[in-house]
Amino acid sequence: MTDEPVIVTRGLAKSYGGAHAVRGLNLSVGRHRITAFLGRNGAGKSTTIKMLLGLVRPTAGSGTVLGKEITDAVQNREMRRRVAYVAEDKSLYGYMTVAQTIAFARSFYSDWRIAMEKKLLLDSELPANRKVRSLSKGMRTKLALLLAFARRPDLLILDEPSEGLDPVGIEYLLRMLTSCSAEGVSVFFSSHQIAEVERVADHICILEKGCLLVDASVDQLRESYRRVDMVFPAPPPEHEFRISGVERIKTAGNQMSVFASSNAEAVVERAHDLSAVSIEVAPVGLRDVFLETVREN
Amino acid sequence: MFFKLNPTTGHPLYLQLMQQIRHAVETGALQDGSQLPGIRTLAEELVVSPNTIAKAYSELEHEGLLELRQGSGAFVCVKRRTRFLTDSVHVARRRIRDLIERLRDEGLLDEEIRRAFEAELLFPAEIVRKR
Repeated sequence: MTDEPVIVTRGLAKSYGGAHAVRGLNLSVGRHRITAFLGRNGAGKSTTIKMLLGLVRPTAGSGTVLGKEITDAVQNREMRRRVAYVAEDKSLYGYMTVAQTIAFARSFYSDWRIAMEKKLLLDSELPANRKVRSLSKGMRTKLALLLAFARRPDLLILDEPSEGLDPVGIEYLLRMLTSCSAEGVSVFFSSHQIAEVERVADHICILEKGCLLVDASVDQLRESYRRVDMVFPAPPPEHEFRISGVERIKTAGNQMSVFASSNAEAVVERAHDLSAVSIEVAPVGLRDVFLETVREN
Repeated sequence: MFFKLNPTTGHPLYLQLMQQIRHAVETGALQDGSQLPGIRTLAEELVVSPNTIAKAYSELEHEGLLELRQGSGAFVCVKRRTRFLTDSVHVARRRIRDLIERLRDEGLLDEEIRRAFEAELLFPAEIVRKR
């Protein structure tokens, strides 16, 4: 029961007129993990998140969040009680002060933790009596995070939480995500900032043009993605390297560069067989995995 | 203890942490009975997923280098094997130093030696681990 995924989708799709925002998405997000949902602007991340929360109705397919059907109004309400959501625009009432906003949110939730609220307010250095409308983007994000973390949700969903934050703000956000995860909350957040994802995420899903391209643990990505640069005595035959795991091959004269998602040992072996004069194997950062995968499509 | 994890190398963060803890024990920075920060504390300090720390700690517990006590954290336990490891690391360093000297004498540049080491380390290790 505890290993049951927190989010599952089956063939989830959304079209706006003729435009396909999300196409047949099969997603499975594990419990007690930090999962990053990566993709370019317009890849379909926000649409997917809104469908999960029941804010947008899917054109086709189905899904569950914490075991509740996303398109069922009654189940959706039960699910929302156990899920905290930080929206991209962090919509808050501008005419309220920080303290009023917190009191307002507190009145809605039975799982609100006063002690946690006080601690977060202190840590975040938010000005309690300032009107929300005059807060900086960083402060608005801190306030939105406070509202989400003062509860004890089973699942925290954030849509581009780091958008527009300075490095200090990003550090604060990431630290919040790690402490949240340490409390046993499953975290699902969308982003196109590779550097931050690379540090905190356990698992990564890359979305491109509404399709899931990569669905892997970060450890697995680090261990298996490699770039192999080789030099041969004569122009090497490309077809020899079209083996499982090889995603891209580039040749220039006697040189060849292979981008592999796995099986790099076999590439090296083949290069030896073809009497390569130089073989260099280098790890591939998440940034390159992202760029190569997106470019491929 | 100071740990520094680099997300852009090809090594999983939990392996990096394991290695740094082992290194700290080998150099004596961590001694028998030393206490390591709790999973949550270290995760927040390094700003990495708590699962990363948990995995490193539990693997090290499996190796017998750490003892995890419910609620009170992780403690280093240095057995004879670890002491023996410390010695073998010293021996290995001396051998590597000799080898590098020889390669330099043969006219190889440090950069070339480094690349050769890195290329060899990146692969055989993975193959060995699989066996």
